[in-house]
Amino acid sequence: MRFARVIAVAALLIGAGIAVSSLSANEIPQGERRSGYDFMTPDTQAIQNDDTANPGMLWVLDGEALWKSKTGAAGRSCADCHEDARAGMKGVAARYPAFDKTLGRPVNLEQRINLCRVQHQQTTALAYESRDLLALTALVAQQSRGDAIEAGADPQLEPFVAKGRELFMRRQGQLNLGCANCHDDNWDKRLAGSAITQGHPTGYPLYRLEWQSLGSLQRRMRACMTGVRAQAYDYGAPELVELELYLMSRAQGMPMDSPAVRP
Amino acid sequence: MASALINVPKKAKRGEIIEIKTLMSHIMETGYRRTASGEIIPRDIITSFACRYNGVEIFRADLFPAIAANPFMTFFTVATESGKFDFEWIGDRGFSETASASILVE
Repeated sequence: MRFARVIAVAALLIGAGIAVSSLSANEIPQGERRSGYDFMTPDTQAIQNDDTANPGMLWVLDGEALWKSKTGAAGRSCADCHEDARAGMKGVAARYPAFDKTLGRPVNLEQRINLCRVQHQQTTALAYESRDLLALTALVAQQSRGDAIEAGADPQLEPFVAKGRELFMRRQGQLNLGCANCHDDNWDKRLAGSAITQGHPTGYPLYRLEWQSLGSLQRRMRACMTGVRAQAYDYGAPELVELELYLMSRAQGMPMDSPAVRP
Repeated sequence: MASALINVPKKAKRGEIIEIKTLMSHIMETGYRRTASGEIIPRDIITSFACRYNGVEIFRADLFPAIAANPFMTFFTVATESGKFDFEWIGDRGFSETASASILVE
């Protein structure tokens, strides 16, 4: 009896071993990539389609006001250097996270805005997920609507994309799940009634009905990490930026739809 | 930094039924949630919304804690004459915002 139980456990372990080795074998072919938008109900899509119904546009409105307001010791506004966001910021968000020569590593859009604030406006960095930082990010990201994602094309970013990919594939947390277990292998299924989706970050920062607020890609990724009961990286951690970079490079060529609405 | 998004057709034919959409930026804090240390977060909601068409009230709504953040309100009216729609949101902690939109009726 006891011997039989040992054999059963051994068989389970072997089975688990096979499952582990097959991880990452199911990367999504280019032609089958779908934005989170395609997984939504027509009702939720309708909120995103209408700019006067999309609550994300409230942050864009705030962003427009902030863009023009002079701040910091330099007494300069974003518009003083970059002029109208509509022209100057076109396609920019589609290229982020991008390589920063001074820091020698990729920075995401929020970090770029804060670097600009500290270096050029000589003021303080805005806190992650603060209304003002989300508003400025939303304004910049909106200017890339419909543009194909290009992030990760820069050859200097290669090692960082690779690190992000490694994190995406790595199992973590008490549930011992990697991002790929859901978003590569099971994106066509549902988890607790919700579509799993492929995890393409086309619309960030986006308005989640669940959050009742706009939020960044890092907020979304941290929530996923908490979901698999792993210790989430801090906002702005290099690991999160690398993961962000990998997700964007994985979605290369897909059109941006910021500020998107998601359930 | 409250802001509103208003969608009223710029032009309409006399007697036409038009849709008016409004979206107001507001956290709509229910007053039922607590902080990590157990203190109640005070209620902070919009309590009333009204729309006037050339001074005459055509729509009014009372709002309650169960209504989501950034309330989106949409309703219909008959375009009778050219003029102005005035919108007003009133809420807790002295919240008071107005917006307006004009329409040309032919």
